[in-house]
Amino acid sequence: MTATASRGRKPAALDAETAGRLRGYLRQMMLIRHFEERAGEAYSLGLIGGFCHLYIGQEAVAVGTISALRDDDHVISAYREHGHAIARGVTPRAVMAELFGKATGSSHGKGGSMHIFDAGRGFLGGHGIVGSHIALAAGHAFASKYRGQDSLTLCFFGEAAANIGAFHETLNMAGLWKLPVVFVCENNFYGMGTALHRAAAIEELHQRAASYGMPGQAVDGQDVMAVREAMDQAAARARADGTPTLLEIRTYRYVGHSMSDAVHGTYRSKEEVEEHKRRDPIRLLAELLRERAGMPEAEVDEMEQSVKAEVQDAWDFAESSPDPDPSALYTDVYAPEA
Amino acid sequence: MAVLTYRDALNQALREEMQRDDRVFLMGEEVAEYNGAYKVSRGLLDEFGARRVVDTPIAELGFAGIGVGAAMVGLRPVIEMMTWNFALLAIDQIVNSAAKMRYMSGGQVGVPIVFRGPGGAALQLAAQHSQAFESWYAHIPGLKVVAPATPADAKGLLKSAIRDDDPVVFIEGEMLYNLKGEVPDGGEHLVPIGRAEVKRAGGEVTLVCHSKTVAVALKAAEELAAQGVDAEVLDLRSIRPLDEAALLASVAKTHRCVVVEEGWAFAGVGAQVVDTIQREIFDELDAPVLRVTQADVPMPYNKHLEKAAKADVPKTVAAARKVLYLE
Repeated sequence: MTATASRGRKPAALDAETAGRLRGYLRQMMLIRHFEERAGEAYSLGLIGGFCHLYIGQEAVAVGTISALRDDDHVISAYREHGHAIARGVTPRAVMAELFGKATGSSHGKGGSMHIFDAGRGFLGGHGIVGSHIALAAGHAFASKYRGQDSLTLCFFGEAAANIGAFHETLNMAGLWKLPVVFVCENNFYGMGTALHRAAAIEELHQRAASYGMPGQAVDGQDVMAVREAMDQAAARARADGTPTLLEIRTYRYVGHSMSDAVHGTYRSKEEVEEHKRRDPIRLLAELLRERAGMPEAEVDEMEQSVKAEVQDAWDFAESSPDPDPSALYTDVYAPEA
Repeated sequence: MAVLTYRDALNQALREEMQRDDRVFLMGEEVAEYNGAYKVSRGLLDEFGARRVVDTPIAELGFAGIGVGAAMVGLRPVIEMMTWNFALLAIDQIVNSAAKMRYMSGGQVGVPIVFRGPGGAALQLAAQHSQAFESWYAHIPGLKVVAPATPADAKGLLKSAIRDDDPVVFIEGEMLYNLKGEVPDGGEHLVPIGRAEVKRAGGEVTLVCHSKTVAVALKAAEELAAQGVDAEVLDLRSIRPLDEAALLASVAKTHRCVVVEEGWAFAGVGAQVVDTIQREIFDELDAPVLRVTQADVPMPYNKHLEKAAKADVPKTVAAARKVLYLE
């Protein structure tokens, strides 16, 4: 909670290294935000099919955590994962082309919005069954430990997934065996239309870590520095002796659960959404950089133009890419014959 | 050739493959310190240590998923299900994760994993512990499904399954663990997945079977021989991929077929066998294909009722005589 804690004091100037790093985060967050806005637009135009879950409002969680990783770490996520993929370095072109179902997409058009994979970057999906991939994350971590490596696995899931069996079975074994996973519960307070207080006996979800012998921490997910700080500590524990951590990172999605869900009206009010937008992670970081690093407003505008161009390029690439060849229907079911 | 039990043949396969490849590990309930609920993993903890022979809590979904996750990054897990009845708790990981990963990642991420354990009915274990799930898993593209009937096939198929780059559902016969048979010597005894085997050659009717019903079919063939009927026994060994060529060759020769399986009839393995035959060699058939299956009820506890529910030799003989129009 670095940024909020510093309010009311005279802000100390950031050193150049930190300021540079934060500028990088700001651009990444803006890139994810704009990518998702355009994905929503493409969906409305019928260019994207199926389900499409946008990450708008939660950008600081992906950027604050993934920025702490090494190349040999693994990242795995659920179905609201476009932002995680982009933060991990999967190109907007590959993600957008996958959303468009094209052969040039990250999964060659066979996965879609919910199944973004980039094995070369250690980005292992993109999973559509709530909570199931939490167990897969522990498997990646099991393999790291089995091989005597100090790499870790970062696993994203929503707060609603913390009520499913896979969460509890996995955290128990991860705690028992000290598997190096950082479990990131992105608490946006609604599992589809069901509010947290209607679904969980304990709303302080980070406390569940105590049942599984691992540290748990609640984190302000709109403050990218706070997210990064918590992630650094969790990563250090994982690399030191495999200790897993449950981070409950509190955030908010500005958009509906999926494209077919209204932003507000059924389960939350317009006022509530507007209230949360006052602590927008991108604006908070931009303000911080202005106050403590003297970043001129024009630089934000430049970043804005730059991410818009990058996303437009991704859109154009996706739109002009070919569909998968009809023969692709029958490939990748089994390994090719040796 | 050494004579081994089915249990020890499986044990030998695990041991040899773990010696051969450090990426192979065994995980499941009671596999290590207890030496396995059915003693298939006897001695493996002593030889390979707790890093590679891993006892789990009772959490099928969780440890199946950990296995899939480990396979996604290049290990070769063997996940023991104490029985396939309990694997229903893990079916999400088998069907939604393991079977789909390669496809939905556009070929980037394979899952070289074996899920193994006993399936089918034993004796008087009642409804929840007596189920044959081959057809459930065989329904799923992305999975391979094998169910060996003999010690030699158990060893050779398990070794092939462990070396396979795709997820394999390996269903052992709970009543077969003490079965003895000759097993070829050496570490390279591999039975290819997807290859059926004629366990008894014959010319007048084909008895298609797998796993425990191979013994049923062989016994039925003996009784039929005593009645002057020359039956062929075809052991599928693999359910998916199904060895259609072997199946069609046998039925094209005998022109009559009975499918004997432990599972229920509805959408069962036999239904796929019948579909294959009628689609490919309709004109070769001299009679409708009949099926001997479990009665369409949950398994009862009472031993007389249980016997009545199971596929057995008299039912198989009767079905064979019927397709030969002998009664």
